[in-house]
Amino acid sequence: MNITKNFTQLENFGHSLNAPAYLLTVNIPEEIHAAFDLAKKMGITVTARGAGRSYNDAALNGGGIVLDMCGMNAITRWDKSTGLITAQSGATLEQIWQKVEPDGWWPPVVSGTMKTTLGGCLSANIHGKNNFKMGPFGEHVIEFDVILPTGAELTCSPNKNGDLFHSIISGLGMLGIITSVTLQMKRMYSGLLSVDAFPVKNLHEHLSALQDGAPNYDYIVGWLDGLAGGSSLGRGQIHATRYLHEGEDPNPCETMKIEKQTLPPYIFGVFPKSMLHYFMAPFMNNLGVWGVNTAKYIASLRKHTFRQSHAAFHFLLDYVPGWEFSYGKTGLIQYQSFLPKESAESAWTEILRLSHKLSLPAYLGVTKRHRPDNFLLTHAVDGFSLAMDFKVTNNNRARLGKMLQEFDKIVLQAGGRFYFAKNSETSAETAQAFYGEETIEKFKKLKNRCDPNGLLESDLYRRIFG
Amino acid sequence: MPDSNKNQDKPAPATPLNPRQRGIIVGASGGIGAALSRKLAREGFSLALVDRNKTALQSLCDEINKNAGETRALIYEHDITKYDSIPDTLRRVIADLGGVDTLVYIAGVIHFPALDEFNFPEDYKMVQVNLLGAMAWMSAIAPLFQNAKSGQIVGVSSVAGDRGRIGNPGYNASKAGLTNYLEGLRNRLTRHGVNVLTVKPGMVKTDMLKLPGAPKPVLAVEPEQIADLIWDGMKKRKQTIYVAGIWKWIMLVIRHIPSFVFRRLNF
Repeated sequence: MNITKNFTQLENFGHSLNAPAYLLTVNIPEEIHAAFDLAKKMGITVTARGAGRSYNDAALNGGGIVLDMCGMNAITRWDKSTGLITAQSGATLEQIWQKVEPDGWWPPVVSGTMKTTLGGCLSANIHGKNNFKMGPFGEHVIEFDVILPTGAELTCSPNKNGDLFHSIISGLGMLGIITSVTLQMKRMYSGLLSVDAFPVKNLHEHLSALQDGAPNYDYIVGWLDGLAGGSSLGRGQIHATRYLHEGEDPNPCETMKIEKQTLPPYIFGVFPKSMLHYFMAPFMNNLGVWGVNTAKYIASLRKHTFRQSHAAFHFLLDYVPGWEFSYGKTGLIQYQSFLPKESAESAWTEILRLSHKLSLPAYLGVTKRHRPDNFLLTHAVDGFSLAMDFKVTNNNRARLGKMLQEFDKIVLQAGGRFYFAKNSETSAETAQAFYGEETIEKFKKLKNRCDPNGLLESDLYRRIFG
Repeated sequence: MPDSNKNQDKPAPATPLNPRQRGIIVGASGGIGAALSRKLAREGFSLALVDRNKTALQSLCDEINKNAGETRALIYEHDITKYDSIPDTLRRVIADLGGVDTLVYIAGVIHFPALDEFNFPEDYKMVQVNLLGAMAWMSAIAPLFQNAKSGQIVGVSSVAGDRGRIGNPGYNASKAGLTNYLEGLRNRLTRHGVNVLTVKPGMVKTDMLKLPGAPKPVLAVEPEQIADLIWDGMKKRKQTIYVAGIWKWIMLVIRHIPSFVFRRLNF
C-alpha cells in the first residue's frame, strides 16, 4: 500500500504546533487491524486522532501513522427509557447531545467544546464544570470495545477487564484504540439551566466561592482576570449553575428542542460569528486584554440570575467559531494546573505574580472545582484547577517556556497535577514526579501487555514517557 | 531497519514553545555538508546526517550533539547508489525526526580528467552520485512535501553546470542535469507551497580541490562561509543562489560567451 499520498501536515487545537504524518481514514474496525499491520511492516508507529481538540501533541505522531477516527461515528443504539447510548468512538458530543436531548436527556459530563469525539473523551478522561459532583467522563461509561495492537478485540467495563477499563480510560490512547462506547445519560426536566452569576474580588474569595458554592449547585466555573494584580489578584466572576427541577420549566418539550439549544450563527442578528475572530485579533495583546477584562469585570459586578440553554452554558469554546485563530499565526498554548484545596491559593498567587512580573499574563483564566477519581493516569485532585491561555509569539517563546518551567516547579511543590489534553510543555521528569513511580510502573506493565511491539505512540507519549 | 542505527537517542520532541525544524542532509560528512550541518544545528534544527562514511558521520554527529548539549543530530550510513533503499531510509528518518521540513542534497563527487582523457567509468560515477542520487532522494520526498503543502528542497549543484567546458564534460553534464532537474521540480512544487533552492557554489576550499588534476583555486572560500550563505538563501526561500555572490556575475559573463569563442578557450 502506498501511503505517500496520505502524508499530511497536522496541527494541535491551538495552531501552535504541527507534525506531518500519514493520515489514514478509519471507517470500519478492520481498518485499524490493517493499520497496525502496515505500521509493523513499515517500522513506524500509530496514533488515533479524533477531532484534534487537544491543545498539545496528544493526537500528533510526526512521521508516523495517524488514524482519523471521525469517519467511524455511528450512533448504534439509543434507549430513551434507560438513557443508555452506544456509539462508535468517532461520534462527537455534538451528535450525542443532539440525539438524546429531545428525549429529555443530557450527557452527564461534557467538555468546553462539543466537537470532541467519544474516543478522545475517554482517552483524556475529560471533565466538565461538574467534576466535583459527577467525576470525569469515564465514570459514566458502562462499557467500551477496544482493539489492542496485539490484534485482540476486548470489551471492557468496571467488572470485565476492570484493570484495562480503568487505564484505557485516561490512557491517552496508548494502550489500544477504542471503537465503540456505551454511556449512561442523565435525565433532564428542562432544556434550560439556572445560572447565578456573581463577582469575586480576589483569589481567596474566588476559591472560597468555588468550594462553598459547589455543594449547592450542579455546575460551577469561574472566570479569572489574568491581568488584575495587587489586591485584585485572582478576581473574576463565578457562574454557579443548577438543573431545573421537574415542574420548574412549564414547557420542557419546547426548551429541549435542538433549535432552542443551537448557538445562533449571527450576533445582533446580522453579524456572522464565523468572522468574529478577525475582530478579536487586534485586542490580543496585554493592553487590549486588560481593557476587555476590566470591562468584563465591571459588567460582572452586577449579581444576577438568568436561564441559559445547556449548549450555550457548556460549549463556550464553540460560541465563537475559530476563536483560536484570533491568537494569530503562532497560536496559543494552554497551561492548566490542578491543585489540592489547601495549597491552591498560595501556589496560584505565586504563579499569577510571576506572570505579571515577567509581563506574560494569561489572556484567559478559567477555574473549576474537582474531586479525585480512580482512573490510572488521573489528573484530578480534591481541589481546584486553573486553566490559563497564553498567546505564543516568536519573541516570547523562550521566556514563556522558562516561566512555565517555574510554574511546573511551583505546582509540583504544592502537590499538584497536570492534564494532558492541555499542557504541551510538561517534561518527562515532571510527569513522572506527579504520576508517581508506582503508577508509571503499572502503566508500563499494561503497555507491555497490550502493545508489546510499541506500535501505539504519539508525540505526547514520547514526550512524557519517552 | 535499513541504514539506521537503532541505538541512537532521538531528538527532543517539538513543542509549541520549543519548535524544531527538521532537516535531512544527504552528503553530510563532506566539506560543505559538515559546515552546513553545524550551521543548521546551531539554528536549532534536528538533523538526520546521511552519508556513506560512518566514521566521519559519527564524529560530526558527536561534535554537534556535544556543542548543543542535547541530541540534535542522528546518523544514517547510506550508499547513495543503492537507490532502491532510499524510500525505506527516508521513512525511517522522518519517523526518527518526528517529521521533516527540509531536504538538503550535497553529495557530490568529481574526477578531474586530463584534456585528452575520456573516462566513462568516472563519468558514470559522477552522474550516479551528483544527479541520480539527487533524483532518487528528491523524488522520494517531493510527493510528501507536495501532500503536506510545505517544505523546502535544497540541491547543491555547481557553477560547473552552467556551461559545458573543455576541462570536465562529465562533471558539467552531471551538474547541468541537476540544475535542470531542480528547476523542473521547482516549477512543479512551488504551487504546492514547497520551495526548491538551487545552490551553485564556485570554488570552495574542500578536499575536492586537493584531488589530482584539480585546478588552482580561484576566488575559493571556506565551506563555513558557503554554509552561512546557503542558510541565508533557505531563510529567504530563494530559488537560485551563487555562492559566493561574485560567481553570479562571473557566470553571467561566461554564460554569454559565444560558442565560436568558447570552443577556442582553454578552460
